[in-house]
Amino acid sequence: MSPRTDAPPAAPATVRRFGPAQKWVHRTTAALTGLCVFTAACLYVPQLAQLVGRRALVVTVHEWSGLALPLPFLAGLASRAFRADLRRLDRFGPHDRAWLRAALRRDKRPSARPAGKFNAGQKLYAAWIAGATLVMLGTGLMMWFTHLTPLMWRTSATFVHDWLALTIGIVLAGHIGMALADPEARRGLRTGFVSREWARREHPLWRP
Amino acid sequence: MNSADEVNPAPPPDDQDRDQDRDEPDARGRPVGRRVVLGTLGLGALGVLAAPPLQRGLESFLAAASDKDPTGLTDLLPNGGGFRYYSVTSSVPRKSPADYRLTVGGLVDRPAAYTLADLRALPQTRLVRDVQCVTGWRVPDTPFEGVRLSALLDAAGIRPEAKAVRFTCFDGAYSESLTLGQARRADVLVALRMQDEEIGHAHGGPVRLYVAPMYFYKSAKWLSGITVTDKVVPGYWEGRGYDIDAWVGRSNGRDDEPTSG
Repeated sequence: MSPRTDAPPAAPATVRRFGPAQKWVHRTTAALTGLCVFTAACLYVPQLAQLVGRRALVVTVHEWSGLALPLPFLAGLASRAFRADLRRLDRFGPHDRAWLRAALRRDKRPSARPAGKFNAGQKLYAAWIAGATLVMLGTGLMMWFTHLTPLMWRTSATFVHDWLALTIGIVLAGHIGMALADPEARRGLRTGFVSREWARREHPLWRP
Repeated sequence: MNSADEVNPAPPPDDQDRDQDRDEPDARGRPVGRRVVLGTLGLGALGVLAAPPLQRGLESFLAAASDKDPTGLTDLLPNGGGFRYYSVTSSVPRKSPADYRLTVGGLVDRPAAYTLADLRALPQTRLVRDVQCVTGWRVPDTPFEGVRLSALLDAAGIRPEAKAVRFTCFDGAYSESLTLGQARRADVLVALRMQDEEIGHAHGGPVRLYVAPMYFYKSAKWLSGITVTDKVVPGYWEGRGYDIDAWVGRSNGRDDEPTSG
């Protein structure tokens, strides 16, 4: 028996989930979204509007935070790791179909929910919120620069902007609710690392 | 990839891509994500095109629903009916019948200061018209009641060089203006009552301007000063891009149905 039989190096207890690029894109996007939602509420909810007033200032903050919303994403495109995650979010494989079917059946067993680095729900959310943000941006610009678009368009843009805002509010609440229910997922975005055990359970097909 | 990559997180880029393609099911599969993005965009564009009929349908549905809604939640929905509160300042002082004053001055022969009781003692006019906000909402058949602005101007005696009227408000920031011709119209009131009640603080009480044929930003809330001037001085929102001659349906790039002939 050799005096120095080293055990095979144990796999580290944590795995890297996000690098600085993904973390900062998420943080800045979240901050800008929060500003947009808060100022929207102050413009829209009568009680808040009476409390806050200062309509011209609130409008300005809302417009500029909305306009800035795509910038973190665009800056993130410079990062290889961020682009790799975008590719993962874009591609849907057979396991994603299985995940969605299980979600519709409310089947919560991990074995019924195969997922890579992102599960099918996260992929759908990412794609929908990206599209919805662009629609908000487009309709917002039509309301902002009224002389660029024909007469009727501004009212129509307001209509879409209002109702989509309400929808985004609900979906965003779901997004935040799910994050609140999963401390390890939040840790992943805060520190960049998650436990290996969590990664295996929640994202069995992910090869970190 | 294995855990050793964590120690050396920058493998040659090509290797990294190939590793991912080989190992991860996420790197294969169909590009559904970008289709969802484009689909959402398309739906948004379709929504803008289909908005006029959709909006009419929803407005009538929500107006009916809010009549039967004891919780008031429908008022929070877009186009949920009713007025929306806009103020340009952080807080607005309250004025009671004891300390409210409306001054009339500028290019007039007889400047005056009216108390609430003075205004109530003058002949009252009641108008029922739609209210149209430049941001899109409209409240149908809203009664306003008060003194015709023209009566106050006549009482003050307009000087020949006068061309316009400027309005100031006790919120300390808002202002509005009309040409003399607009101000003399019979459907322009110094309003004391709205919806057949005294005007509450949130709606600009105790006294607000009511310019029936124009977008509602012309109907300045918390009215405290009327000054006759020799030219139109743009009001608060007009300094921020809104039209000065704010006829409903003929200004601000909108084509709403006129509210008052």
